[in-house]
Amino acid sequence: MKGFTGPIYSYLAAVLVSMVLVSLLLALFRIPIFETYTLLITGSLGSMTKLGDTLMVSVPLIIASASLVITFKAGLWNIGVEGQIIAGAVAASFIARELQMPTQILLPAMIGAGFLGGAFWGLLVGLLKIRGGVNEIFGGLGLDFVATGLVVYLVIGPWSRKGIASTSGTEPFHENAWFPTVEGFRLSPLAVSVSLLVVLMVIFVFNRTQFGLKLRSIGLNPNSSYRFGIPTSRYILTALVLGGAVAGLAGVTQVASIHHRLVPSISGGYGFLGILVVLLAGYRPFLVIPIAFFFSMIAIGSIQWQLRLGLHSSLGGVFQGTLVLSVVLISAMRLLRQRREKHVKTEE
Amino acid sequence: MSLKLLNIRKSFGTILANDDISVEIGQGEIHGLLGENGAGKSTLVNIISGSLTSDSGTISLDGKYLDMSSPSDAIEAGIGILHQEPLVFLPFSIVDNFLAGLPKSRDFDRKLLQDDVRKISQEYGFDLDPNALASNLTVGERQQLEIARLLWMGARVLILDEPTTAISETQRENLFTTIKLLAANGMSVIFVSHKLDEIQSICDRVTVLRKGSLIDTPTLPCPTSELVNLMFGEYTQDIPQNQSVIGENLLVLDGICVKDANSVIEEVHCKFSEGEIIGLAGLEGAGQRILLRGIAGLTKCYRGRIFFKEKEITNQSYKWYMENGFHYLPADREGEGLIQGLTITEHFALAGNQSQTIDWNKAAQLAEDKLREYSIRGTVTSKPEDLSGGNQQRLLLALMPDNLSVLSMEHPTRGLDIESAEWIWKELLERSKNGTTIIFSSSDIDELINFSDRILVCFSGTIIGNLLSKETTPYEIGSLIGGIHS
Amino acid sequence: MNPETLAIVISYATPLVFAVIGETITEKAGVVNLSLDGSMLLSAMTGFAVSFTTGNVVLGLMAGGLISSNIALVIAFSSIRLRLNQIAVGIVLTLFAAKLSAFLGQDFVRKPGPSVQDLHIPVLGDIPGIGPILFQQNLLVYSSYILVGFFFWFIFYTRQGLNLQAVGERPEAAYARGIDVNKLRYFYTALGGFLVGLGGAAFSLDVKLGWSDGHIANFGWIALAIVIFGGWHPIRAALGCYLFGLLQLVALKLQPLFPQLSQVLPIIPFPLMIMTLVFINHRKIQYLILRNNVFGRFITGRAPSALGESFQRL
Repeated sequence: MKGFTGPIYSYLAAVLVSMVLVSLLLALFRIPIFETYTLLITGSLGSMTKLGDTLMVSVPLIIASASLVITFKAGLWNIGVEGQIIAGAVAASFIARELQMPTQILLPAMIGAGFLGGAFWGLLVGLLKIRGGVNEIFGGLGLDFVATGLVVYLVIGPWSRKGIASTSGTEPFHENAWFPTVEGFRLSPLAVSVSLLVVLMVIFVFNRTQFGLKLRSIGLNPNSSYRFGIPTSRYILTALVLGGAVAGLAGVTQVASIHHRLVPSISGGYGFLGILVVLLAGYRPFLVIPIAFFFSMIAIGSIQWQLRLGLHSSLGGVFQGTLVLSVVLISAMRLLRQRREKHVKTEE
Repeated sequence: MSLKLLNIRKSFGTILANDDISVEIGQGEIHGLLGENGAGKSTLVNIISGSLTSDSGTISLDGKYLDMSSPSDAIEAGIGILHQEPLVFLPFSIVDNFLAGLPKSRDFDRKLLQDDVRKISQEYGFDLDPNALASNLTVGERQQLEIARLLWMGARVLILDEPTTAISETQRENLFTTIKLLAANGMSVIFVSHKLDEIQSICDRVTVLRKGSLIDTPTLPCPTSELVNLMFGEYTQDIPQNQSVIGENLLVLDGICVKDANSVIEEVHCKFSEGEIIGLAGLEGAGQRILLRGIAGLTKCYRGRIFFKEKEITNQSYKWYMENGFHYLPADREGEGLIQGLTITEHFALAGNQSQTIDWNKAAQLAEDKLREYSIRGTVTSKPEDLSGGNQQRLLLALMPDNLSVLSMEHPTRGLDIESAEWIWKELLERSKNGTTIIFSSSDIDELINFSDRILVCFSGTIIGNLLSKETTPYEIGSLIGGIHS
Repeated sequence: MNPETLAIVISYATPLVFAVIGETITEKAGVVNLSLDGSMLLSAMTGFAVSFTTGNVVLGLMAGGLISSNIALVIAFSSIRLRLNQIAVGIVLTLFAAKLSAFLGQDFVRKPGPSVQDLHIPVLGDIPGIGPILFQQNLLVYSSYILVGFFFWFIFYTRQGLNLQAVGERPEAAYARGIDVNKLRYFYTALGGFLVGLGGAAFSLDVKLGWSDGHIANFGWIALAIVIFGGWHPIRAALGCYLFGLLQLVALKLQPLFPQLSQVLPIIPFPLMIMTLVFINHRKIQYLILRNNVFGRFITGRAPSALGESFQRL
């Protein structure tokens, strides 16, 4: 299964189907349909502030999706990205808390630490898989929750605010550990650049390098790949480590440009949401940016839904879910029909 | 009582797997079913046991026509099959193996069944403890379990599909005793095998299939030579011999043993010279595939030593083998050869493997050139799934490095059209002239004699014949394939 | 610990027991329903909303079961008919159902509503020691006991149960014996989904009354972990649920002394799941599993061989 693959018209058909379904839902709740859709656009792109917010939400989602592309292309169902984001956030927070340094040194150090933290968490999934025989699905899922436990422990334990043991978060970092923002906006050019660089790197790896080509070939056919001389276990481990490292960067942007401290919900669910993005993109890295941006528009636009129409914030998620379900199911039905036709032909 | 097949016909696409087959098998008869790979045996067996439906023709048992659309219909009608790999549930006890999928008409009662199992075991001399787990049984005992179950289900016709492939000598003796006892009790037995001596020793009559057609149904015993001729056809014309240049001893196998989950080859002693072409004859699963993988370094041998240019290379990695000019081409071109979903250009980039970054223009240019050189019908952006079998095989050859020392290849022309097959061999002979040692397996005796300098015959996991193709005959090869030393 | 607190453990773990038994049956048939967390949320919401509107708790439970059963059918259909990856569809449905539960349940948030009424069993409830723990509960809890016992008996001692195992173990052999593999897979995926939904509804009608966003506190994911920890064995899985309930209680008791520990304990099922998987995949253990008797299998646990694999006839 490759998520969405196929001609553009069937893609559009799926988008249409999901819009119809969501409209039906809106009609059911007597919500003005047209206004809802226009508010989505104006609410997310209508002003510089809103556009900036949308961009900032898209940053961790783009990074998490890029990380997922790496492992999905290698045929690995890595659902451990949540944990890897957290591991990156924890590592970056450690640096931010422990090192008193000028921002020019501190920020790169945080980025590096987040990269390594995520890589370590990915390494655990990989080792469990190739040494312990634990499927990456369950290894990754388990480690997601272990990471959650770890961050909760830190927030209310060793890193708790003085005198308060609550789950609301650590002490805010010193401003040296904040990603600089555009004056008057929440937009951080550094964070956006990191996300774009990551996608460019993933595109480069899969379009230009032997390493990327080999990962793809393992994902498509591990037996043939081994015959071609590719050491499959080592590449699988590398893919999980690299995917983890990239996911760790999403953790860095979460602590350094959004929350400015460590909070229990630091991963923001982007590890799971990224799976939807990647399925919609059919594993194509360049499509990750527009799709993740669209998802962020829904996320920010739905705030306006809440404010202006009194709609529940979860409607955005319903929309995203419907979209992905329609696209995945419709393209699978198309494939089924193709298989049938082919089958009939060979029978004759 | 008898099982009667009349005008059974079945085709897959353009291939006629069973062409108008009619046989009658009497009560208490042990009836052999003999033929090369691809002769149509398994299609026929699948039709009789309900896994496939024939395009036309009828099956009747005791004069009653059977209309079967699944294996359970067959067993209800009284036809049971013992698969090569017995279809038992390993984590289940023997009793539970009897009870899984039990027809509604029968009682689900473990206690009663224990007695039944003991009774059947006693009658046929099986050693089955009703409460033992199937995973604790040997393959021979799993066969006994299945036979006992089929008897208990009321089978009157029993099909044994190559039952002796995975069992020991003593287990085989026991199985044969059982089969004779079954027949004496009135069971009709269909015994599918490649092994001529087994067919001779146990069957009353044998149906020989070749290329989907029924050739003859002689009564046994008859001269083995006759069976060999029926199986492989008579060879009358003179066959041109391959004349390859034979150089120094390049590769020496000193008693190597290789195995994987499904197959094994043991104690192979052999020397291969530069530019020599060696054919591996034998039936499917006799050990050719695993030997070819062992030679190419893809599967490590667990005993014995391999020498290459007089240096020991037994424990070198597959990577080392590849770097030193070893190459393996599998029979499963889509599953293990090419990568579905990657374009031809991407295949060349993958096989080229020089620098860390890929120059796609160069790769596409290389692909373009190779497509022309190997006359592959396709473009640089085609994917393996778009190509015909012949073009896939050409692509696999085109992907090989130029200077190979040893090429280890399964079934070079299986499933290919004549033009592609000729083309493939022209290319392989060219490679051999340039010094590449080629070791290939084939189930086509013409191909083996035509193109090899020497033929090794594999039988049940050992090499039982090492023949010079100039001096041998199809008959000799055929007998050895069936396990008969002349 | 006094009987009342242990009684709370039992009642707290009951939704998990439903969900874990449901998923165990589904996986026994060879299908993975990864949507548990979303399914349980949606059915917790549905269960509460229906009970709230109709005033009938039983209707609420049934509605919860049905909605989750339908989600499970989507997974069965996508994997059997459309040959999609069960994991992918499961994840998408998890997220979708979770959001849908929040959206559809917005009018029911933090409203007081009906709950399952206590029902003390006269004689059994008076047994000193275990009586107050096990038998001064409600019908939901009692049906969970029956459910565990029933499915233990069903899976290992009935014709249909054996066929269920056969389908998840070796579908081609099951087919050869006349079992309709895919029909059974549809059926047990739907049935398992129904029980998962009962678990979700039980949560909002008995454990944490009412509805709020993300109401079920990761119980779906925890259930998935306990299915593995429970070695696909209904009794062991149920014990796993009670163990989890006990750990939660311990965490609560320890809160004043070790606040960190109490927050971290809920994740315990996940490392346990990973350790179980490492354990059963270990070569020597595998050897033991295949060699050992029924008790040995209870201790070691064993995944259905064809779990997650699709089946197509010849």
